[in-house]
Amino acid sequence: MEEFTIIRNSLHVDPHLDIWGWEIFVYLFLGGLAAGIMIISAINGLGYKQAKEDGSPSSWSRWAPFLAPVVISLGMLALFLDLEHKLYVWRFYTAFRITSPMSWGAWILLGLYPVTILLGLAFLEDNEIESLKSFAPIRWLKLGALLEWLCRLGSAWRKVLLWANLALGLGLGVYTGILLGSLGVARPAWNSAILGPLFLVSGFSTGAALLMLFPLNHNEHERLRRWDAWAIVLELALLGLFFIGLASGDGYDRMALEMFFGGKLTALFWSLVVAVGLLVPLTIELTEGHKGIRPTALAPVLLLIGGVSLRWIIVSAGLY
Amino acid sequence: MSTSKNNSFGRPGVRYAMTMDTRRCVGCNACVFACKAENALPAKGFRDWITYTVKGNFPALSELIRSERCNHCSNSPCTTNCPTGASHVGPGGIVLVDRGMCTGCKACIASCPYDARYVHTDGFVDKCTFCVHRVKRGLDPACVSACPTKALAFGDLNDPDSHVSELLRYRKHTVLKPEKGLDPNLFFLL
Ligand code: SF4
Ligand code: SF4
Repeated sequence: MEEFTIIRNSLHVDPHLDIWGWEIFVYLFLGGLAAGIMIISAINGLGYKQAKEDGSPSSWSRWAPFLAPVVISLGMLALFLDLEHKLYVWRFYTAFRITSPMSWGAWILLGLYPVTILLGLAFLEDNEIESLKSFAPIRWLKLGALLEWLCRLGSAWRKVLLWANLALGLGLGVYTGILLGSLGVARPAWNSAILGPLFLVSGFSTGAALLMLFPLNHNEHERLRRWDAWAIVLELALLGLFFIGLASGDGYDRMALEMFFGGKLTALFWSLVVAVGLLVPLTIELTEGHKGIRPTALAPVLLLIGGVSLRWIIVSAGLY
Repeated sequence: MSTSKNNSFGRPGVRYAMTMDTRRCVGCNACVFACKAENALPAKGFRDWITYTVKGNFPALSELIRSERCNHCSNSPCTTNCPTGASHVGPGGIVLVDRGMCTGCKACIASCPYDARYVHTDGFVDKCTFCVHRVKRGLDPACVSACPTKALAFGDLNDPDSHVSELLRYRKHTVLKPEKGLDPNLFFLL
């Protein structure tokens, strides 16, 4: 028998680590969501000519790139709320630390703004630019000319912007997982490079889900549904690999694994993430596709719930 | 043990380490109180602490008492994961936090397998500094000075004549969680 007693009651550390609350998993979720939107916008844009032949793209799909900076801003707000030393937030931008994924993330997030916003502007139609220009704040601040110039800049650099969105979207998606992975020496449940691709694919899937909630045209919706079904299958496979990785690890890893198989996170994980968040929406999407049923908001909403739950449970698993 | 006369602080090639003699320690908490007073720690802030491990079956029990703190790992994930450089390796390998650079993101707390760090009530992250302000003046860390059984020793690992080098040469010792591969510099004499 062995009894271990520690004479300490350190803030946020004892009895178990309690340093990251909702802010961090919401941030990771929103980061993934933004990554998904960027990747989908880029793929859509790269197939723009094709899409035009299939019937012109809906204005909603053209405006989609603008969702990314909105989602990122919300994510950064969550991240900011988590900081304990808020007045020093600017310190993220006085250093670039090559070994710290968090530092990479801070800089990537800044770079996303110009890239996503310009991409959105690049696909606006003339009448949309005109109505934007007559939008009150832009009129008062006399930003019309600047706006028009940015739209022209965007159009001219369309190809570059599309590839940049694709690359940064992939980077952002992987980063949200690597951020946890890099802390793996102390947190066995995060001790896996699979979290990178896992969060990327989940981000793609939630991005597709969010876009499916908008009134896209039939072809666009169809395509997202098909992509998303594949993403869900891939996500299930990656979850399997994640567990295999933990199972073949050392004693710490196997203790982390136990949390998902019999331990305290088991019920939440299998019900919220696997059933509600992946299997049910997959079944709905496949049935909709097969039977040609008019899609409802159910599958996308469940996918988004599943996406938040995945981050929540993985973050919690590392902190126990 | 360093004295003001042969102060090694800032000299190149110095590698500070601490030894903790588990045969001498009686778990009196003097090191914890000395640290709290020396460094004016906030309530619920701990830079060092005592652990008791009791083994065996009653009545054949044995107890091991340790005074633990940051291991000032030679391979420190808390510094490599810090996004701002606030957590850094200072002179002599002492791992330090620069309060004016810390955002309180807590990546370092999550990176430490020893749970050696905590969030100070003023927002920055805090941990054992080996009392660098004392070491600079050639003094021992407060915990080392306060220990009534002389269970703690501090000095330069790269100096073969230092007290810690001598203890490590002649005594069996171990570090915590060696399998993590972080190369801790807090040694427990058995
Ligand atoms: S014990 Fe923890 S805080 Fe101290 S150097 Fe090692 S990893 Fe960093
Ligand atoms: S909490 Fe401070 S010291 Fe720790 S990683 Fe973040 S910025 Fe660095």
